[in-house]
Amino acid sequence: MLRISAELRDKIIAHARADHPDEACGVIAGPAGSGRPERFIPMLNAERSPTFYRFDSMEQLRVWREMDERDEEPVVIYHSHTATEAYPSRTDISYAMEPGAHYVLVSTRDPGAAEFRSFRIVDGEVTEEDVAITPGTGARPE
Amino acid sequence: MSIEVRIPTILRSYTGGEKSVQGSGATLAELIADLDSRHPGLAGRLTDESGLRRFVNVYLNDEDVRFLGGLEAKVNDGDTVTVLPAVAGGAIGAA
Repeated sequence: MLRISAELRDKIIAHARADHPDEACGVIAGPAGSGRPERFIPMLNAERSPTFYRFDSMEQLRVWREMDERDEEPVVIYHSHTATEAYPSRTDISYAMEPGAHYVLVSTRDPGAAEFRSFRIVDGEVTEEDVAITPGTGARPE
Repeated sequence: MSIEVRIPTILRSYTGGEKSVQGSGATLAELIADLDSRHPGLAGRLTDESGLRRFVNVYLNDEDVRFLGGLEAKVNDGDTVTVLPAVAGGAIGAA
C-alpha cells in the first residue's frame, strides 16, 4: 500500500499537468526504511517526450547523493502517461531498477480527471497497490 | 591502487550486499574487469557488446563518464566511481 498525503498527490498531478503533453517525472524521498513519502523532488525529463522519460544523469547523481546524505531513499518514483492509461508499460517494467520504490503512474489523457495509481515492480513483475491518502502535508518540519 | 566503487541497490546481490567495494585499474574498463574477478557477473550488468550499457549511469567523481571517454576513461587512486541505473520509462512500447 502507498500512504501519501493529499498535498503530495496533488503536487504530482500538478507537475504532470504542467508538463503535458510531455511526460513528467520525479521522486518523493522519505526516511530510509520508513516507506513514508515526504520530500517532493520533481525532475527534468531529459527526453522531453510525450512517450518517454529519463532523469537527467547529473541531476540524478545530485539527488541520489543528497538522499544518501540525508539517510533517505526514493520512496516514490513517479511519471505520467499523456495519452494512455496510468499503468506500467513494457518499457516502464524493463527499466524499473529500484525494487523498494512505489512506482506512481499518472495519466493526463483526460484534461478533466487525472488518473493516479501506484505499483510495485520487482523482478519484472507488476503488482498494483492501494493508495491511502493520509492527513496533513506528509512533510516533516525541517 | 584503490578506487572506491559505489554500488546501487539493484546490483548489491553481486557484492554480498555491500554498497561500496574497492577495485583497481588504469581505465574504467580495467576497473570493471577487476571488480568482475571478485564479483562475477557484475561486468555483464554494466557493459554489453557495444560498451557501457545505455541505461546505466557511471560517474567518475562528479562527472558522467560518457563525457570522459566511456570505458577508456582514466581512473586514478583515490577516485570514486558511482553506478546508478538510469531512471527511465514511458508509454512508448505500451502493451
